[in-house]
Parts: sequence; C-alpha cells; structure tokens
Amino acid sequence: MSEAIEGERTFVDKFPEEAAVVRAAMLGSFLALTLGAIFGIIQTLHRTDVFRGLISSTDYYTSLTAHGVFLALSFTTFFLVGLFTWAIVRSLDRPLLNIKITWTWYGLMAAGMTMTGISILAGFVDALDMSADVLFTFYAPLQAHPLFYAGLAVFIVGSWIAGADWFRTWLAWKREHPDERIPLQTFMVLTTMAMWYIASSAVAASVLIFLLPWSLGFIDQVNPTLTRTLFWFFGHPVVYFWLMPAYLLWYTVLPKIAGGRLFSDPLARVVFVLFLLLSTPVGIHHQYLDPGIAEGFKFISMTNTMFLLLPSLLTAFTVVASVEYGARQRGGTGLLGWLTELPWRKPEFTGMMLAGLMFAAGGFSGMVNAGMNINYMIHNTIWVPGHFHLTVGTAVALTFMAATYWIWPQISNKPIYSRSIGLFQVVLWFIGMALMSNAMHAQGILGVPRRTAEPEYAGFEYAAGFGGFEELNIQIAIGGTLLFLSTVLFIGNLVLTMGNPKVSGLAETLPPALSGPDDAPRVLDNLRLWVGIALVLVVLAYALPLGAIISRGGLLGPGVGTYPVWLVPAADALANAPALLTGVVVDAIAALAEVGR
Amino acid sequence: MHIHAYEKLWLAASILLILLLIGSVTYGAVGPGVAMVSDTEPAIDAGGLDEDERFSEPRVEQVGENEYEAYVVAYQFGFEPDPIVVPENSRVTFYVTSRDVIHGFEVAGTNANTMVVPGEVSEITVETDEPQEYGLICNEYCGAGHHVMEGKVNVVSQAEFEEQQSGGEDE
Repeated sequence: MSEAIEGERTFVDKFPEEAAVVRAAMLGSFLALTLGAIFGIIQTLHRTDVFRGLISSTDYYTSLTAHGVFLALSFTTFFLVGLFTWAIVRSLDRPLLNIKITWTWYGLMAAGMTMTGISILAGFVDALDMSADVLFTFYAPLQAHPLFYAGLAVFIVGSWIAGADWFRTWLAWKREHPDERIPLQTFMVLTTMAMWYIASSAVAASVLIFLLPWSLGFIDQVNPTLTRTLFWFFGHPVVYFWLMPAYLLWYTVLPKIAGGRLFSDPLARVVFVLFLLLSTPVGIHHQYLDPGIAEGFKFISMTNTMFLLLPSLLTAFTVVASVEYGARQRGGTGLLGWLTELPWRKPEFTGMMLAGLMFAAGGFSGMVNAGMNINYMIHNTIWVPGHFHLTVGTAVALTFMAATYWIWPQISNKPIYSRSIGLFQVVLWFIGMALMSNAMHAQGILGVPRRTAEPEYAGFEYAAGFGGFEELNIQIAIGGTLLFLSTVLFIGNLVLTMGNPKVSGLAETLPPALSGPDDAPRVLDNLRLWVGIALVLVVLAYALPLGAIISRGGLLGPGVGTYPVWLVPAADALANAPALLTGVVVDAIAALAEVGR
Repeated sequence: MHIHAYEKLWLAASILLILLLIGSVTYGAVGPGVAMVSDTEPAIDAGGLDEDERFSEPRVEQVGENEYEAYVVAYQFGFEPDPIVVPENSRVTFYVTSRDVIHGFEVAGTNANTMVVPGEVSEITVETDEPQEYGLICNEYCGAGHHVMEGKVNVVSQAEFEEQQSGGEDE
C-alpha cells in the first residue's frame, strides 16, 4: 500500500486486516439501512393512505417488523461493531489479538441476522409456511417462527464475542502499558460493552429459556408480562447502545472536524460511567401502563429515568463547548458570531451538528414520555415513534451517515465520490425528519395510535389539534419520502466512492482533549467498581418486580394460549431447522468471503 | 479534577431541571391524584374468562352514587361490550382484560389509556363530563387485523343511561 506522501498513514495503511473488518461491518450496516429504508417508504405511504397498492394491510406488519429489526438492531449494531473495532485499534494503536476471532464474531452476527431476516421476509411469501410478524418487540403470546428467535440468539452471542475481543485486546495493551490511563475511545467502548452485557443477558434469557422452546413446542405457554419485562430490561439500555457510538463520535471526532479539540476528557468519562450505571434500571418506564406491576416500581423507574437525563445534558454542554473552542481557534468571535466560522460545508460536520440539534428536540419529547402521569396521553400513540425517529432515527442514524463521510476514506484510502451530494444528503435528512417527526408528535396528541396499517377508523373521527389528521398525514408522507431520497443519495454516493481509485494523503489524526485524562480521577478507570455498582442498581430495580411478576403469573403464564402467526407443527419446524441453518450458514460464509476480499 | 465554572453552572441547572421533573410527576400523583395502572387486581385465568363473574358478561354496572364499573374484554379483533355506554358527570372504573394476546385500550383523544395483558386485569378510573361519543381503539399491535379493532365509549345523559339499563340489556 502506498506510503502517504506526508508520512501520515491512514488507518488502513497501519492496520489493513482490521480495516477490512470495519469495512465489512459498515457495509453490513448499510445493507440493513437500504432494506429498512425501502420498508420505511412503503409504510409511510401505506399508513398515510397516499398509496396502498403495493402491500396489503396484513403484510404491513411484516414490513413493520422488517423495518424495526433491520434498522434498530442490524443497521445500528453493525455500524457499532465496525466503529468500535476502529476505535479500539486506533486508540490503543495496536492490532486485535487474533483476526480469526474477529471474523468469527462477524460471521456469527451476520448469520444470526440473516436467519432472523429470512424468517421475517418469508411472511411476504404465502407459499412459505413461515413468518415472524411480531414486530421489533416480539411480545408473547404472539409467536414467531423458531428461526426468528434462534437468529436473534446467534446475533447476540456474536456481539458478546465482539466485546470479549475488544476487552482482550485492551488487556494485552494494559500489560504493555501498565501505568497509562485507558485511552478515551477505548474507555467508551469498554463501558458501552459492559452495559451491553448486563442488558442483553435478560433478552437472551427470555429468548433461550422461554420463547425459543415455546416456539418449538417444548413448552405450551409463557408469562406475557415476564417476557415483556425481560424485553424492556434490554429494550431501554439498547437505545443507549445505539447512542453511545454517536456520543463517541461527538466527543472524539466532531471537535477535531470543527477545528478544535475535546473540552474535557474527565467529563466524557463521567458521562459514560453514568450511562453504564443508569441505562438498565429504567426499563419499567416502558411499562408505566402495564397491569400487574406495582405503582411503586414504576415510580422508582421514573426517578432513575429522570437522572439519566444528566449525562445527556452534560454531553450537550461539552460538545457545544468543544465546537465553540474549535470556532474560536479558527478566528471566530462574539457571543454567537463564532458560529459563522464553523466548517458548515463539510457534510460530516453539518450532519453531526444537525443530528445533535434534533437530539435536543428528541430529549424534550423524551421527558414527556418519562413523565409517568402525562404518559397516559401519549402511550402507544404515534407520538412515541415520532420521538424515537429523532433519537435513534436522527441523532444516531444521521451521525453515522455523516461520520461515514469522514471515516470511510480512513479505512479504504478512497476519497468520497461527492462531498457536495453528501452535504445535500444530510440537510435533506434533517428537513425530511423535521416534517415527519413533528407531524407524528402532533398526531399522537390527537390519539392516533402507532403500529397500525390504517390509522383512520370507521366509527369516529379525530378531533383537530395542531393541524387535522389528514393534513398531518400529508406532512408525514412528504417527510418520509425526503428521508428515503436522502438514504438513496447516501448509499449511491458510497457505492460510487467504492469505485474510486485508492489515493494517499487522506490521513486524519485526532488531537487530545484540552483538559486531558490526567485531570480525571483514577477511580473513573476502575471498570470493576462501576460494573459492580451497575449490577447492584439493576438488582435493586428489578429483583422485586420480577419476583412479583413470577409469583403472580408463574414462570409459564396464567392460562395464556399461543397465537401463532405461522402454523407449522413444531415437529416440522424441528426437522426443517437444521437444513435451514446449514443453508444460512453456507450463505453467510459465502457473503463473508466476498466482503473479506 | 478541573471543572469549568460554566460547566458547574450547567450541572446545577441540569440537576434542578431533573428535580423539577420528578417533582411535577409527584405532584400529579398526590395533587390531582393521577394513579398509575398497578397491581391492585389479582391475576386471572385468561383461558377461563367464561366462568368469571365479571368477564363472562362484559357490562357496565352502577356501584354507588354516580359511581360505575365497566368490565371490558379485549380480543382479536374487538372489544366487549361495544359500545360501552356510561353516564355523564360520573366516576367510571374500567376493568379490562384480554382473552388472547396483548392489546391496548385507548379512548381516543383522552388520557384513558392502558395496556391489556392476558392473565392480568387493568384498572383505570376516569371522570366523565358532557355526553359525547368517543372512539375506542387498540393501540398495541395484536395481529393481522389489528387496524380494524375498534369500539365506542358513549357518554350519555343520565336519563338515556337509565333507559338503556332498564331496556333489559343484561337481564
């Protein structure tokens, strides 16, 4: 590979094997984004009754399941594992211990997601006796094909091995550098993964102990409140799992792009520790309106949730301060005049800033969701997806896309095909989401439900609030269409970039923080301590509610039946599973070989 | 560890905001008395609703002066009774359970909203005012026909309510 003329080497120059993994992970992520966006536009037009010709209202739920799983699990997690691999190797400045292990977890995650994806998409094909129309939350007693649950389990196990890979690489580095502070990016990766282990253990238990055996016919019924609670044990921290890679980029990459450096390394560590501690003992706030859970538990969860605002509010300060420092370094002056000195023509900068701005708006609608008694007004209305399209759908997704314009040249030595199209693309996303999300919030206040193929009803009409139901539908449809176009531009730009020839001189370095790690108390790096406290908080928040749920309904549910959306007898499923699995694994290995080249 | 003065100010303001939010929720609970759906009702056999005193015949019953109880069953894909008729200016407690999967119970445009979980009974109390017809919708995905699952909650005048009750609907 060409040595850069300036002597600076890019990530791919220094670590070609790791860069191949990062590229493969990100391409997996963008494949999921493409699929998710296609289902997204179909749904937007269907739900708003602009165009209902493509799918039936029954298939809408197959599409919605695919949209949720591909975007919320696959797009986010594959980008995360790519970014974290880059961050670990870059900040420790050493290769991973064994690249074969790295490809193994990548293969497991790809195989797991392929299994789950097949089980969902089979729902569109009437000839196949397979479906998984259970949405991203897969609440029992609605049942999916066993392949859906098995795929999720394989995917999660893959992510666990990924975490172990990064922890082991860090431990090896620690032996080589016994007295050094954990580099900031590595610290962020390790705390995020510690949170992930705690959170995903619950959903893994739910899938392996209850849902998979139940779908195979080994047990007749499950306790719907228990599996639902185990889902939300995982379901809230998973939103921080999506968000932490975006935070990593805001803290360590955005200040550099703005022309400055991070304001405070110690505060960044404090923020990630707070997320490790507080992300999990809050899941019951998704169940404020659930029967069978005492009000006191809900109140505890509400209090924890409000304190979880703190790390995000601190982030807002640090990120804005770092960007302002960058602007003043570039000659910016005045109370707000410095804003004009920022590199607004760079898609990576403008994209991340717009993502951060929308995250602030999402934070405010999140405070409404968290406010236990106001939750009655908006629970399960379209307000809620309006909220999370600002958070995961913009703060995370737009940051990932913007960061790609910066990081892709580092991991491929190929310059971006068109940075102007990139800039247009991130702005288009912002405009599309502003329209769509705002109208979704407004419809939610009218009582329009989420997760429905046809939100208009025969027996009544919605009262008019901030615009009538129909008018808001049009805004949603226009916004969704702009978002789809934005995704097409992003993917197209990236594909053309991949066709670019390799060049040298693309290397970017990341400067250290203004207030460096030496200002941070040593105790912040004591991961054992923080994981210990996090576990104690989880036990305090969950032991009693889980105990009460089990003592009320039993481990396997109070007389609740099974509502299969697919009707294959369990025996058939068992017989078919190995053949299917083999096919999927063969496909995945073939795909892997393709990407690895 | 060095913390900038502005950062300290921001931190203090953030904590104040958090305490205000917790305070407002607490006030909502103890002041206006917004109670959350809770575990007050014992678990129930979802497969045996036909033998249950309250849910074998879903209905509205008067239990005190201006106090009513409504026993509602949600199922794929509807609500029983339909419509749910309650009198104006009264206090109505809904007891809602499910025969099959998880559903939602939302009186559109109001804060009468709860999850409905098989094996559990959701209890929410609301106050009605003027006569009005409300849409009742399931706001949790419950299967292929989820979007057709709807009902009505009709708040009617006292006179009309008494007339309907004596109409022999539940005798």
